[in-house]
Amino acid sequence: MKLMNCPLNGLRNISEFICFGEVTEMPNPNEATDDEWADFTWMSNNTAGVVQEWWCHTATSYWFIAERNTVTDEILKTYPASEIFTSRIDF
Amino acid sequence: MQNQLNRLRAPSGLLVNHNKTVEFSFEGKIYTGLEGDTIASALAANNVWLLSRSFKYHRPRGVMSMAGLEADTLVQLEHEPNVAADRRKITSDLKVMGQNYSGSLENDRDAMIGKFSHFMPVGFYYKAFFRPRGIWQKFWEPIVRKRAGLGKVRIDTPHAYYDKSYKFCDVVVVGSGPAGMTAALVAAEAGAEVVLIEQEPVIGGCLNYSRLTVDQSLTQNKRNELVHAVEKQAGIEIMADAVCNGWFADNWLPVIQGNKLYKLRAKELILASGKMEQPAIFHNNDLPGVLIGSAVQRLLRLYGVRPGKRAVILTANDEGYATALELFEHDVEVAAIADLRTQPADTPLYNAAKAKGISIHIGHAVYEAEYDAGKKHIKGVKLAKIVNGSKLADEKQQYACDVLSVSIGYTPTYQLALQAGGKISYDDDTSIFSITNLPEHFYLTGSVNGATDLNTILESGQHAGYSAANALGLAVNNTTNKNKDNFELTDQSNYSWPIFPHPKGKEFVDLDEDLQYADIVNACKDGYSELELVKRYSTVGMGPSQGRHSALATARIVAHQTQRKVAEVGVTTARPPFRAEKLGVIAGRSFEPERFTSMHHRHLESGAQMLTAGLWWRPAYYGSPENRDQCIRNENQFIRNNVGLIDVSTLGGLEIRGPDAAEFLNRMYTFAYVKQKLGTSRYVLMTNAAGTIIDDGVACRFNEEHFYVTATTGGVDNVYRTMLWWNTQWRLDVDITNVSAAYAGINIAGPKSREVLQKVCHDIDLSPEGFPYLGVRKGTVADIPARLLRVGFVGELGYEIHVPSSQGESLWDALLEAGKEQMIKPVGIEAQRLLRLEKGHIIVSQDTDAMTTPQEAQMAWAIAKKKPFFVGGRSLQVLDNNPSKRKLVGFEISQPQKETVKESNLILDGNTIVGHITSVAASPSLNKIVGMGYAGIHADPGSQISIKLTSGKIITAQVVTMPFYDPENKRQEM
Repeated sequence: MKLMNCPLNGLRNISEFICFGEVTEMPNPNEATDDEWADFTWMSNNTAGVVQEWWCHTATSYWFIAERNTVTDEILKTYPASEIFTSRIDF
Repeated sequence: MQNQLNRLRAPSGLLVNHNKTVEFSFEGKIYTGLEGDTIASALAANNVWLLSRSFKYHRPRGVMSMAGLEADTLVQLEHEPNVAADRRKITSDLKVMGQNYSGSLENDRDAMIGKFSHFMPVGFYYKAFFRPRGIWQKFWEPIVRKRAGLGKVRIDTPHAYYDKSYKFCDVVVVGSGPAGMTAALVAAEAGAEVVLIEQEPVIGGCLNYSRLTVDQSLTQNKRNELVHAVEKQAGIEIMADAVCNGWFADNWLPVIQGNKLYKLRAKELILASGKMEQPAIFHNNDLPGVLIGSAVQRLLRLYGVRPGKRAVILTANDEGYATALELFEHDVEVAAIADLRTQPADTPLYNAAKAKGISIHIGHAVYEAEYDAGKKHIKGVKLAKIVNGSKLADEKQQYACDVLSVSIGYTPTYQLALQAGGKISYDDDTSIFSITNLPEHFYLTGSVNGATDLNTILESGQHAGYSAANALGLAVNNTTNKNKDNFELTDQSNYSWPIFPHPKGKEFVDLDEDLQYADIVNACKDGYSELELVKRYSTVGMGPSQGRHSALATARIVAHQTQRKVAEVGVTTARPPFRAEKLGVIAGRSFEPERFTSMHHRHLESGAQMLTAGLWWRPAYYGSPENRDQCIRNENQFIRNNVGLIDVSTLGGLEIRGPDAAEFLNRMYTFAYVKQKLGTSRYVLMTNAAGTIIDDGVACRFNEEHFYVTATTGGVDNVYRTMLWWNTQWRLDVDITNVSAAYAGINIAGPKSREVLQKVCHDIDLSPEGFPYLGVRKGTVADIPARLLRVGFVGELGYEIHVPSSQGESLWDALLEAGKEQMIKPVGIEAQRLLRLEKGHIIVSQDTDAMTTPQEAQMAWAIAKKKPFFVGGRSLQVLDNNPSKRKLVGFEISQPQKETVKESNLILDGNTIVGHITSVAASPSLNKIVGMGYAGIHADPGSQISIKLTSGKIITAQVVTMPFYDPENKRQEM
């Protein structure tokens, strides 16, 4: 079983985590067309290569970002989501 | 009863205790062995070599490796099939039987099948049995299954105890031969915590039985020195009788020891698994009595058993000469040695054997092995000079013998390395394997890494130990090659073509599957040139021994047939498990987590029938199963007419605190919460990003910055996680906590609930004006601090009382006591479901599915359209422009039905399925059947829908406005 380095809890078995897919930018819901919104909601990029992904350590419900190579399944780096989401979002 | 004719005198046999005999039976006959014997060694001591019948041709088979590598040693125990006879220890009264025969092992009626082998060419399964259509299932399969199989599973096998355990260490060393022991010592001396895994009962590996020096005492001394050093070295844990059965990512190792599976995580892994000696391929190479050289040495040194009286040795390296010396020393005559090589290496072992005056035939091979009168054992061999490659001279030399020892080469025990991603390569000129491309923290050492003589093996063990310690950041003194060993050189080479086809065939490449040389050749001729395809077509390597003895030979034959190099052909993929593993070991003990509410034992005492909801146990109803329906109706009526208690502790609870609490709820749920008044609750409906309903509950506002939000029993964990995910991005100033387990909850409901509550709650104004419907309060109930919610889920006056979990049982008792006069009763989940159905309340995930939008559920009233954003809102806007074809409607059936109307019965529009019933029940309050289900968008109140019952009968139901019961909602607002 793979190990994953949780930024909060350290190295843990991968079975303690769930992957929530690629980190994608949500279009502005007030400006996006229906098609753009449907694309954001339903389509995933399925990139072959290094991607930024949402991961959650389920035992502690801690969400963070992992950079993973989807071809080799190598986890290159994990870090708190606050490194990407740096400020409050308002609508 | 024979008495261990082949047993050597004490103290020979490292693993056996000559002072303790053990009686067991084989094929109904009693035999005596020694404590420490395996089934196979004890039988060998009694000169019994026939252990099983082969898979296809029912040929007599016996032990070949004494190492559990082949399938021919699989025997049947009373309650366990397919046990490796050369690995399982004998115990008194063990009852062992052979496998795969009809009649008896000695006289197998199916043995004549071998005569028809010409009619069963490779791939015959694919070529025959298919016409006429259906003939396989009806006729052939039962016959084939009966004759081609392994042991029998008994379904009355008693339950056994299996267990699992986690284990962690710095360094795992797999294999405790000279390299493994040395590596473990170096790593442990540097301060690492080491686990040393050995599949035999004692550590030592080949040093325990192999003769690596002319003077056996030199091997012996080195063995003792290393074993003692390992045993007294702090930091080394020895796991003997244990098998590391696979490699998984980041050195996650399943180690099976007895009935226990260890999940072992190693920071560093040293693979010192050694090598597997390979059989040669010649006519009748499968006869009992044909052993590989290491098996002869194991029998002698580990079990003190002579393999026979007169031996012939086929060799191509020093192993054969070492075996000759061993046999000599133990008074077994060596009739002849055939050496495949044109010029044996000039080594001490060769010269020592030569000096014994044994007749050595250089450049000779075994043309065929001959069987005895009973056709069950070898009685002699014919040797012939190798003319060229496989071609042998016409002139043969016959030798009588009862054992043929074969030492022609090895494959590394590479399985774990290849599972880890290692790439194996083979040098066609030297026949040497090498493994590269290993992951980090994985080291190979010893003969699995190509080391052949003891000096190199010990050195490579040191190197691996250093590497692992270094990687751990431990200080290692790399210069301490203190006592550099200097053992004599030996020749452990691999012979490149130990394959000698015979005019009569029966030169087996894969003994598991009875595949002969011609079968592999014909697979290539049938057009299969890739190894993986040859494997699938011929089934080579697919038996219980997983190609341990056949992979290399197959690769060589395929390479030869397709004019390629073995290196180009490669080997087939190695997958876990390394050895067969029992399902019991994988299953282990049952650890099914379950959750009890604080009142669980009270429910049991009250005679509740419990059901599971996720991990929770909940009371379905109180009473006996024969009276189920009546119990549920009665409980329904307690609440409608009187007062009842429902345990709602399993409800999810979330604390939302902070300046942005209301803004946060506004974004998470469809309704509006910013202006929600303090001391009130409001319905919450959650949709996902696609606009599908995923949860509901109520939000209680206790102050400006504090909401207490309930969620469904099954949904709360996901709701909580989803909330955290969104706020990780939004960064609102809010604190979100899942307090589900911290609170127990009781819904006291019914027209008399206020009356009862008043007796135990004195610090809250319970009057309809003081605490109206949808109000929330904090206070004490029976002196327990409590949150009170006036909710209407069951449609009567009622209070949900949430108290700390530790106080749930006290509250339950206090309310039952307080309600005695009103005849209060506990009410189960089934009645609650019925009560809410009468009120037309949905249960998320029962009345909704993965597509249900608020619009479809006719809950558009719960959507606040003026909010700037909520999760799912934008998707719902899109869906508004693409209206759904279905909606959730309430229906009733007034006429009594003979057939029960069930949930999941289809709802039709003409012949078209438009939906299904999600909830349905006979309402005791209304005296008719009421239900909810998905119907076409035009199914408005007043119209009719068709329902297809389980029998296929179609009935009509009336669509009505919900709620069915108390449409004006007067009762819950009392």
